[in-house]
Parts: sequence; structure tokens; C-alpha cells
Amino acid sequence: MNDPRLPASYLQPGVSSFSDFLAAQAPELLPNRRALPQGQAGDLAPHGTTIVAATFPGGVVMAGDRRATMGNIIAQRDIEKVFPADEYSVVGIAGAAGLAVEMVRLFQTELEHYEKIEGTTLSMDGKANRLAALIRANLGMAMQGLAVVPLFAGYDLRQGHGRIFSYDVTGGRYEEQAFFSVGSGSLFAKGSLKKLYREDLDETECATAVVQALYDAADDDSATGGPDMTRRIFPVVRVITADGGRRLHDEEVAEIADRILGGRMIRPDGPLAPLTGPSTTGDAR
Amino acid sequence: MSMPFYVSPEQLMKDRADFARKGIARGRSVVTVQYAEGILFASENPSQALHKVSEIYDRIAFAAVGRYNEFENLRIAGVRLADMRGYAYDRRDVTGRGLANAYAQTLGTIFSSGGEKPYEVELFVAEVSDSAADDQIYRLTYDGQVADEQGFAVMGGASDVVASYIEERYSEGASLESVVRLAVAALGHSSDADRVIDVDHLEVAILDRTRSQPRKFSRVSPARLSALLGERGPSTPDELAPEDTQAGGAPSDGTPDDPADPTDQASGHVAPLEDPVTGEPNGGGPATDSGPPSGQEPPVAPPPSGPTGPAL
Repeated sequence: MNDPRLPASYLQPGVSSFSDFLAAQAPELLPNRRALPQGQAGDLAPHGTTIVAATFPGGVVMAGDRRATMGNIIAQRDIEKVFPADEYSVVGIAGAAGLAVEMVRLFQTELEHYEKIEGTTLSMDGKANRLAALIRANLGMAMQGLAVVPLFAGYDLRQGHGRIFSYDVTGGRYEEQAFFSVGSGSLFAKGSLKKLYREDLDETECATAVVQALYDAADDDSATGGPDMTRRIFPVVRVITADGGRRLHDEEVAEIADRILGGRMIRPDGPLAPLTGPSTTGDAR
Repeated sequence: MSMPFYVSPEQLMKDRADFARKGIARGRSVVTVQYAEGILFASENPSQALHKVSEIYDRIAFAAVGRYNEFENLRIAGVRLADMRGYAYDRRDVTGRGLANAYAQTLGTIFSSGGEKPYEVELFVAEVSDSAADDQIYRLTYDGQVADEQGFAVMGGASDVVASYIEERYSEGASLESVVRLAVAALGHSSDADRVIDVDHLEVAILDRTRSQPRKFSRVSPARLSALLGERGPSTPDELAPEDTQAGGAPSDGTPDDPADPTDQASGHVAPLEDPVTGEPNGGGPATDSGPPSGQEPPVAPPPSGPTGPAL
């Protein structure tokens, strides 16, 4: 290899997928190309827990708690598990944290790479399918306890509304309506959102609803962290609308969390849903 | 077995350089200008899809003139190189200098290798940083030379005319509005007349250090561009440049081949170097109908001074 020029494979036209290019050029950099010895590896690395997403007219909100656990130990209190995938989409991860963060990095590069080479962004379904392919390639490691289960959401510019996709460890891709949650606390979060979610929530109300759901998940799941009032660590909340995505500032989330906590001081189980009939006066707060 | 003619290395390189230069000068110019908040690129480009200016990475952009297929290949290689490095290390470890070096090595090797046609391209690799003083503009020529440009730079087309127009009017730390106006006026300037270029035929992009996202590259939309340019009067269309009409055609400057120059084969006709029957240098022997007229110098390089036979 004395030729100093760019390798011929770099100059070859045709491949616009970064992960395909990586698989051909430097397969050792792919997160799922490691040969694992037999046995369970799930207890070796921290696990991320609960991610919640919900749509509102004009966009979608995704929030994740800040806890990573290793067995009964809290491995990290301020881990971030919700990442922007590109300008109009966001991905949250539950499962083996290290592997998941690496996968998100690959996914981000994949989307950006396609955009730069092709001069146009992938469609929302195209992005969701690419993520499914990355998850599918991880099945071997998932069976040894290093599963990564993402939640993908974004604003579909063509359809003009927010969309949510969930995945299973085999790479199955499912579009969800209204709201969804993944991770160890997801059962409680989904139950909470069932009572809190309404289709006409605005951006702040929707963010409040998902933080409420995270609070309920933390209430009943030891692996999910609630708002940490003493250290001022709050869930990561990302909002995506037609103008692109942004992360809510810590002060904004702190304000929401303070209001929620104020309500829970009076009623620890959270807002009361009416027993019968659709309500138009219910309030997420 | 025919005897190869001796061509001096100087002559060989000169011919290759002439060939590449001809191809580059046929296109339209690309201008890059530094301004207070970043770096601006402008070009007259009737196509909305075939870009001359593109994003490579967070702070790095790429602009090119010459043959589209060749610089498009280099652009894609640059994106791959940058994304690969950014993924393997970190986003901050992708630098314009590293990319310019990779391009320089590639262009230089291809130019000096005998077997390949030299690339008919010229490139800018620009990197914007936190302050204007640290901004970098690298200019890469077809033979792999790298130059570090300051302030502004022009390549392709009548680059000297455009560059001197900018030089007279350029001042450091100007606003975006004023550099857009300067660059677009310079693109429409020629030695005999000034044109107003239609907004839809302009490709303008910026590396804007004030953008909040990590990716600083953005294209200036026609709507924003006309707002920046203000009222300019009716636009005059340019006459078709050769690059607009010959899709994938062999480069040709439209002049007949020079029979004294065996590398000038743009029309596709190859002047026979030797008589097919006798094997002697072709000195006006059995000429084909498009061959060199008899009585002219044999198409041997280097011409006359040396001995007429093969110099071995």
C-alpha cells in the first residue's frame, strides 16, 4: 500500500449507505461485528431504561429518564438516552447502553452520509427501515443479553405530522399511533399515558404528559430514574416540529418537573382521570 | 516492432497540463470569498441538481470546476473519508487540511502516472472555524498542487478577469450581503460587458460560523438570494457554455487538431506517427484524407530541433 492516493473503493460510485461502506472497508468498526464467547453478557454492561414518545398536532415529543443500571447498581445518574438522528428525527434507546450509543452514532452518520451523497434526505419510512436493518444485524448479541431496543420518532415533512416507530430485537419495525414507550418502565409509562394523553395537547402539555409518564415509570420501576431534585437532573426532552428538532432546556424541563412534583405532593399518584365518559376538561398537569 | 518515440518528460507534463487546463477553462467560474461570519461560494450554474458546491462535513465545504463526473467522484470520496474519520475518531478530528492532503495526493498521483488521463478539475476545500483569522481555503489544481488562499479565490472559466474584479473591490470582514453582491457581480463581469445573472442560474452556498447546528454549511435559496442581491435590473442570459451542451462528450476546444502535436487528439482523429508500410516516421507519405497535409512537419514530439528519427 504505497499508493498515497484515496483508495479506489472511496472513488467508486453507487454506495450511498455509510454502514454498507463501513462493512466493506472497516468491518471492525461496526457495533455488531464482534465475536462474543458463549454465555450471557447482559450483566457486564450498564442498561438504559425508559423512553417515552407522544405525538401532538404539529410534531412529536420524546423523553428519556437519566438512569443507567447494572444489576442492582445505579451505573450512571445523568446518562442521555435520547439523541437527534438528524434535523427532523430523534432516536431514544433502551437496552445495553454502550452498544446502543454506538448504534446511534452509526445511525446518525448513516442519515447524514446519505443526505450529503444523494443531496436529499431519506423519507421518514426510509430512515425507520435503515434503523431496523441495524437492529436486525445485532440479533446475535441480543440473544446473549446485549439487546438494543430503540424508539424512533420524527416529523414526516411529506405527510405533515409526527410519527413514532417501535422495534423488536429481530429488527421488526412497527409504526405506533399517538404514543409509545420502551424499556423496563414502559408498562407503567404506557399505562400512565393512556390516562393522560389527548390528541389536542399542545407542545408544552405533551412534554408535561411524557414527563408525568416517566415519573409514573420511576415510581414503580427501580431501574427508571425520576427527576432528581437535589442534583437538578431532569429527563431529556426533545421536541420535533416542521421547524426541526430541539432539546428543551434544563430550565424548561425543571419548570415542568417542579409543577408535576407540586401536584404529586398533594396527590402522589398523579392527576386524576374521570371514571366514565370522555372528558374535555382533563388536564395533563 | 515499432520503436517508441522519445518524448521528453518536460514535454509530456506540459502536454498533460495543457490538456487539463483546457478542460477547466471551458467551464464557468466558481468564486469563494471570506466574510465576517464565514465563507461564501458562488457560481453560475443553470442546473438546480448538479451542484458545484457541496457539503463535506460539519465545517468543511467543497467546490469544483471542470468535468462533473470527475469532481463528483472526488466529492463522494471526500464525504466518505470525512464520515469514516468522524465515526472512527470524533467529529472534531475531521479537518480541511487532512482532506486537502488526500485530494492533493490523489490528483498528483493521477497526473504524473502515465497510464491515466489527468483529471480536468480544480477544487476548493474550505473550512470555517470560530474566527475569521482561522478560516482556511485550499485551492487544489489538476496536478495535485495545494495553495492556501486568503480572502478570496476564483477558479475555472475566465478566472483572471473575475479575480481582478474582486481584488479591486474586496475588503476584509465584509457583511454577507456585500460579499454576495460582489461575488455575483464578478461572475457576470467579463472584459467586454457586465451581465446581470438570473437568480435561478446562481448557485450560492455559505459556511456560516453563526449557525447553531454543528453543520455549518447551508445553501442560499433563490428567495433569500434575491433579497440579499436587491434590485439589479433585468437579467441577461449567458450564451451557452460548452459545458452545458456536451454531456459526457470528449473535451474539445473546437479547433482542428494540431498535427504537430500528437497529444492534440480532441477531435478523435489520431495522427499516424509512422508510415504503416515502411515503419518510417510519417513525413507526408500515404496521407489519409484527414491526415496531416504532405509537406508539413512529421507529427513527432518534440518538434524540429532534434534529429528526425527516433532518438534513442
